[in-house]
Amino acid sequence: MIKIKQTDFEAIVRYAKSNLPEEACGLIGGTVHGDEKTVEKIYYLENTDHSNEHFSLDVKQQLTAIKDMRANNLLPLGNFHSHPETPARPSDEDKKFILDKNASYMILSLEYGPTLKAFVISDEGITEEQVLIIGKDEIQ
Amino acid sequence: MNLNISGTQKKYEDGITLAYLIEKEKIQTPQYVTASVNDELISASEFENVTLKDGDNIEFLYFMGGGC
Repeated sequence: MIKIKQTDFEAIVRYAKSNLPEEACGLIGGTVHGDEKTVEKIYYLENTDHSNEHFSLDVKQQLTAIKDMRANNLLPLGNFHSHPETPARPSDEDKKFILDKNASYMILSLEYGPTLKAFVISDEGITEEQVLIIGKDEIQ
Repeated sequence: MNLNISGTQKKYEDGITLAYLIEKEKIQTPQYVTASVNDELISASEFENVTLKDGDNIEFLYFMGGGC
C-alpha cells in the first residue's frame, strides 16, 4: 500500500492540469514501514518529451531530487505521471519502463476522475498497488 | 579506494571503470541507467571509458518514462 496526503494528491492534480496538454511527471520521496509506503514529498520534474502521449523525466532534475531526498532522510519511492486523455493504467509504453522492483509507478488520469493509481512490478508481473489518500484529520 | 555510491561508502580496488562498478553493484537494466560521477552525467555508452578515482561520488539514475 502507498499512502499519500490529500493535499499532495490535490497538488499533483493541479500540476498535471497546469501542464496540459502535455503529460506531467515527477518523483515521489517518502518512508517505508514494512509493506506500507508513505509519500512525504513530491518532486515536480520536467517532461523532456513535452508531449501529451509520452514522458521522460529530466535526468539532471532527477539527480537533484535524489540528493534532496537523501538530505531529508527520505527514500525514493518511485515516480508519477499523468495521462491527460486516457485511464490510469499502464500503457504498453509504460510497461516497457516499469523495471524497478522497489518502485511505485503512480499514474494520474485527468480524463477519468482525476483518478490516481499505483503499480509495482514483481516476479509475477505488473500489479496494482493500493493507494490510500489520507485527509488532514488522518495524518499522524 | 573509497567510493560514495548512492550515499553509501564502499571500498573498491584502484583503477576500476564505471562499467566494472555497475557489474559489481548488480545494477539492473544498465542500458537504461545514467550514472553521475561527482554530478557529471554519464550515459551508458560511456561507462567503459570512465575510470573512477578515490572519493568519487556516484549515483545511478534509472530512465523513467513512458506513454499513455
